[in-house]
Amino acid sequence: MLKLLRNLTKKEWLYAIFCIILIIGQVWLELKIPDYMSEITVLVQTEGSKMSDIILNGGYMILCALGSLIFAVGAGYFAAYIASEFSKNTRKEIFDKVQNLDTEEIKAFQTSSLITRTTNDVTQIEMLIAMGLQLLVKAPITAIWAITKILNKGWQWSIITGIAVLILLGVIIILMIIVIPRFKIVQKLIDKINGIARENLTGIRVVRAFNAEKYQEKKFDKVNDKLTNLQLFNQKKFAIMMPVMYLIMYGLTLSIYFIGAGMIQNSILADKITIFGNMIVFSSYAMQVIMSFLMLAMIFMMIPRAEVSAKRINEVLDTKQKIIPGSFEGDTKEKGTVEFKNVSFKYPDADEYVLENISFKVNQGETIAFIGSTGSGKSTLINLVPRFYDATEGEVLIDGINVKDYKFEALNNKLGYIPQKAVMFAGSVNYNISYGDNGKGEKSQTKIKEAAKVAQADEFIEKMDDKYETHIAQGGTNVSGGQKQRLAIARAIARDPEIYIFDDSFSALDYKTDAVLRKELKKYTKNATSLIVAQRIGTIMNADKIVVLDSGKCVGMGTHKELLKNCEVYKQIALSQLSKEELENA
Amino acid sequence: MPRPHSNQSYEKARDFKGAIKRLFHELNIYKTLIVIAFTLAILGSILSILAPNRLSNLTDEISAGLVINQEHMEILTKKATENLSEDKLKEILPELLSPNLSEENIMNIMRDNDISQEDKNKFQNILNKLTDGNSEESFKDLSNLPNNILEKIFTETKYEGKTITTKDKINLINLSEDTKDINLSKNLQEVLFTEVTIDGIKVSSQDQYKYVKTLSSIDKNADETELYKKLDTMPKSIRQVIEPVMNMDKIKSITLLLVCMYLVSAIFTYIQSICMTDVANKFANNLRSRISVKINKLPLKYFDKHQVGDILSRITNDVDMIAQSMNQSLASLVSSITLFLGSIIMMFVTNWILAITAIVSSLIGFVGMAAILKKSQKYFIQRQTELGNLNGHIEEIYSGLNVVKTYNGKEEASQKFDEFNNKVCQSNKKSQFLSGLMQPIMAFIGNFGYVAVCIVGAMLTMNGQISFGVIVAFITYVRLFTNPLSQIAQATTSLQSTAAASERVFDFIDEAEMSNQESLTKHLDKKDVKGYIDFEDVVFKYDGNDHPTIKDFTAHAKPGQKVAIVGPTGAGKTTMVNLLMKFYDINSGDIKIDGVSTKELTRENIHELFTMVLQDTWLFEGTIKENIVYNRTHVSDERVREVCKEVGLDHFIRTLSKGYDTVLSDNESVSAGQRQLLTIARGMIDESPFLILDEATSNVDTRTEELVQTAMDKLTEGKTSFIIAHRLSTIKNADLILVMKEGNIVEQGNHEQLMKQNGFYANLYNSQFEQ
Repeated sequence: MLKLLRNLTKKEWLYAIFCIILIIGQVWLELKIPDYMSEITVLVQTEGSKMSDIILNGGYMILCALGSLIFAVGAGYFAAYIASEFSKNTRKEIFDKVQNLDTEEIKAFQTSSLITRTTNDVTQIEMLIAMGLQLLVKAPITAIWAITKILNKGWQWSIITGIAVLILLGVIIILMIIVIPRFKIVQKLIDKINGIARENLTGIRVVRAFNAEKYQEKKFDKVNDKLTNLQLFNQKKFAIMMPVMYLIMYGLTLSIYFIGAGMIQNSILADKITIFGNMIVFSSYAMQVIMSFLMLAMIFMMIPRAEVSAKRINEVLDTKQKIIPGSFEGDTKEKGTVEFKNVSFKYPDADEYVLENISFKVNQGETIAFIGSTGSGKSTLINLVPRFYDATEGEVLIDGINVKDYKFEALNNKLGYIPQKAVMFAGSVNYNISYGDNGKGEKSQTKIKEAAKVAQADEFIEKMDDKYETHIAQGGTNVSGGQKQRLAIARAIARDPEIYIFDDSFSALDYKTDAVLRKELKKYTKNATSLIVAQRIGTIMNADKIVVLDSGKCVGMGTHKELLKNCEVYKQIALSQLSKEELENA
Repeated sequence: MPRPHSNQSYEKARDFKGAIKRLFHELNIYKTLIVIAFTLAILGSILSILAPNRLSNLTDEISAGLVINQEHMEILTKKATENLSEDKLKEILPELLSPNLSEENIMNIMRDNDISQEDKNKFQNILNKLTDGNSEESFKDLSNLPNNILEKIFTETKYEGKTITTKDKINLINLSEDTKDINLSKNLQEVLFTEVTIDGIKVSSQDQYKYVKTLSSIDKNADETELYKKLDTMPKSIRQVIEPVMNMDKIKSITLLLVCMYLVSAIFTYIQSICMTDVANKFANNLRSRISVKINKLPLKYFDKHQVGDILSRITNDVDMIAQSMNQSLASLVSSITLFLGSIIMMFVTNWILAITAIVSSLIGFVGMAAILKKSQKYFIQRQTELGNLNGHIEEIYSGLNVVKTYNGKEEASQKFDEFNNKVCQSNKKSQFLSGLMQPIMAFIGNFGYVAVCIVGAMLTMNGQISFGVIVAFITYVRLFTNPLSQIAQATTSLQSTAAASERVFDFIDEAEMSNQESLTKHLDKKDVKGYIDFEDVVFKYDGNDHPTIKDFTAHAKPGQKVAIVGPTGAGKTTMVNLLMKFYDINSGDIKIDGVSTKELTRENIHELFTMVLQDTWLFEGTIKENIVYNRTHVSDERVREVCKEVGLDHFIRTLSKGYDTVLSDNESVSAGQRQLLTIARGMIDESPFLILDEATSNVDTRTEELVQTAMDKLTEGKTSFIIAHRLSTIKNADLILVMKEGNIVEQGNHEQLMKQNGFYANLYNSQFEQ
């Protein structure tokens, strides 16, 4: 947690110091108030006091209160400033870090977890700083200061206050011990309830088709009842808290008064009024002490949560970037070539290779396709080109230069990558197609429309309400899967890349669109090289070169016809999808 | 339409009153508990209001122990000084002094040469007066005589058994009105001061003497502390008489009463919160369960328009919001209002001037606070929206990171992020700052009220209108009065969001359900169904669409036939499934099963007749066996294994560590293809006359795909099947092909017929193999 504090700039540290000074001032004034209170009490109590004295002391007290209010406002301003700046900077740091994380690490963290780490976890710490900074400084200062003020005013009172604090802490600690582990279970049950409801909702057709409504409801009710019972247990335990606090506070006041009565009774006449004054003062200081301990207890409840968040944030920040950009950004002799030289790849901790000794070369304008069963490594293979992963052994060359030597931007400018799951950004269709930077300046509207036409997207875009200005919702929830995929392809086309990378990008399209699209694409990008990963034979059978992968090894390379003849794996795949005569006719 | 969730907690209800009314109406079943809780809350508050008065009595009792007992002191002073009064002295002096005025003694004095003639004359004068019978004056006059004469007159005598020395007698004669320098011998003290008893305490002659002596030694201008210090040096009996007395018994009984009040009040609070916890959680349980039931009663069209996340958030966030506010706000609102009103009443009953002082001084602060509250609300909403935007951006970039990276979009993403981040930071600063102000302002209002009450109270005390205890009580009243105001403010804002939340929950619960089926009496037994399906002039239109999706569609499927549904993505192939399964009602025309209109059959009956396997493999968290058996009872383990063998899963399942009891979660041990097989196995458990099958398109590896294919083929055996087909071989083998385009069935027939038509289907088929 403390590690994260490095995110505070000098200005914020200065503000923190201001804040602490203001808080000390605030505490000082706050603790002066009971002095005036007692002064006023004595004055009111003593016969023959002058009204002016009371007003004077009252005035001082209000001044103190006003002063402490002003200090508190100041401290609050600085605390809000520090907390907001801190969360801003931390979020920024995480965001930048995540943007540069390697694909492997992102997979390990999981995207959803990274999102919560950037948002909720930061907010959690921000809250601790906003409230905690003030309380954490204020509570101990108040407690200690108040204790020193009252310590010599009567040992009997001190003891009783001590006991009250001990009971208070005892109750809180016991409650924590009982309830906190159960809170964690509650969270799990809530997740589970959510899971069951989600399951019912996502499978609503299946549930109904199986007439399984009652079954689902029963399942839901079981967890629902469990959750309710646990919540009841927790909350009923917690219900003790308030009355106990109340009893401790009032009980303490009462005890102080009762003990005070005895002390006054037994003292000499001359001391009686002083003791009475002390009694009033003591009871108000004792309240301050109790309140401080309460505040401290509250902070200690907040700290573990923030600690967990801090740990999660640090995990991200401490991750080392393994894929380092090179420096090359000049012109290359070759254009549009991709070459794998004895490339092998395995995950750092794994024993087995995902890819083993792969070599091939494609030239400008050619299409190379990769096919194989799930887990054969075909996606991993093309992921080596945009450096989502780096080859463990061997070299991946683009235009004759190792991908590791390129600057990221320079490498990316050559590539048009289309993932299996199309990514949409909140914004217009135009924005989504022209997304990113290809080092060739802004994309014109004609270019965008052209790209959309090639990607078979123009037709449906024109049917949309605002055509190219139609707003695409976050995650593309307002367009269908096939439409998303076509927009994603249009986006790649608009980049004018030397090399296209289709990572199973056609599977969401129906056969017809798939075929038309590829034909148009071929026409439009005569000089571009294409790398295609696909499941459908139909998608790839016209490729210049097909690489057949099985368990990370290349088991065949050649054209469709060649492979049908000499590659058993390819034949199997082909036969499972098309009938014999179809294959022969093709 | 789905609502944005980012600022949910600040959302306002459309109809606040209506929502709250509805909420209370729903809470009616917990009436007893709520009434108990509210009653206890009110009683508890009343106790807290009454307690300050008792506390003020306690303070009064204690402060009674501060001031000396004036009454006793006056009595004592009177009694003691009476002993030295002239009347008293006149009475006893002759006997006490019993001067020796015998002839002989007088002669002796007159003859004494040591005595001046002048003195002798004086003495003679006095003697003359004495014989005239004016003894009163003469005793005083004696004091003018020099000691050498007096010594001779006053010989040591006895009075009441006590020896009175010559010196004593001279002293006595010189005794002046002014007792300042009084100095009497012990015997004289005893003779002069008669013992008195005040309030049962005996004050001896000596003590009285000391009292008079000390008292007279105090400077008239000395302050009370001086007096108290002197008094502390007095003999015990005196101190007992004049020292302040605390009525310890009374103090004890008040303390005891207060302890009882606090205890009872605490117990009330505890019971009250337990009651409310009970109500809140049971109500939440009830709501959740009702939502869960409701999900299955809604027509599918509802889910076309509402997102899963939206409904889920009603189950968790909204229900939680309601439960929380019932648990915390509702009872506290009741007790706060009671406290507020009660303390106002009590203040006015106790003292109206102080009451007005307290209320006016607090109100000034509250006006300011209300202004801040209003402003901070604005910033909170702003902050929530900004935060929502930022989170949206983060989500978008993270989930599309590969694209962002390869399209060199990082810089743009960063820029946008900074923009959002800065906006969040700005509104954050404001809202955090303003919300942080609440507490200090509350403290200030408390202090301000304290001083105001003290000053006005002191004035009243000095005028003798009130006792000090009243001020103490008012100090508590100020607190009791200010605290609930902020609580009421808090509770009303939380009620606002509760109203919004309950509106959302009840909107869902009140949503129109699927048509009532009670009047449907026809039933088809799946064992007797032959397997005819007839579409007759079916017209179907989705809600909100202008044109019907399916128009005058007629087709006939005979028992055992395979019907393939083909068409490009988004052509509405699932619409057919929806109609067959009666997920949606058709607008006109009829769909008949074995000649019986589906309109006359219950949905459950229709579902019974169909086996449905969809492409999106729906598995839930549970064991493999649970997933296959699903809701059916009386399925033996053997049957499960048999089915799995049939689809070729048995071997794979047995390689898993826990076999059929392996829990399926999101881990990757089960591939997409195997998931597909599991859903097929699930469909196979029951034999049914009809099948709806959604073929997998891709993402399944070759070998599994073969298995899936075989399994699907087995599934279709002997059933009238509707297959959303992707594989050409399936399509070509189909008895009937329904070709869909943009939601409509544009062509129908078998492969050869359709190819001959050379229409959309032929085009679609050829495009696949176009060079």
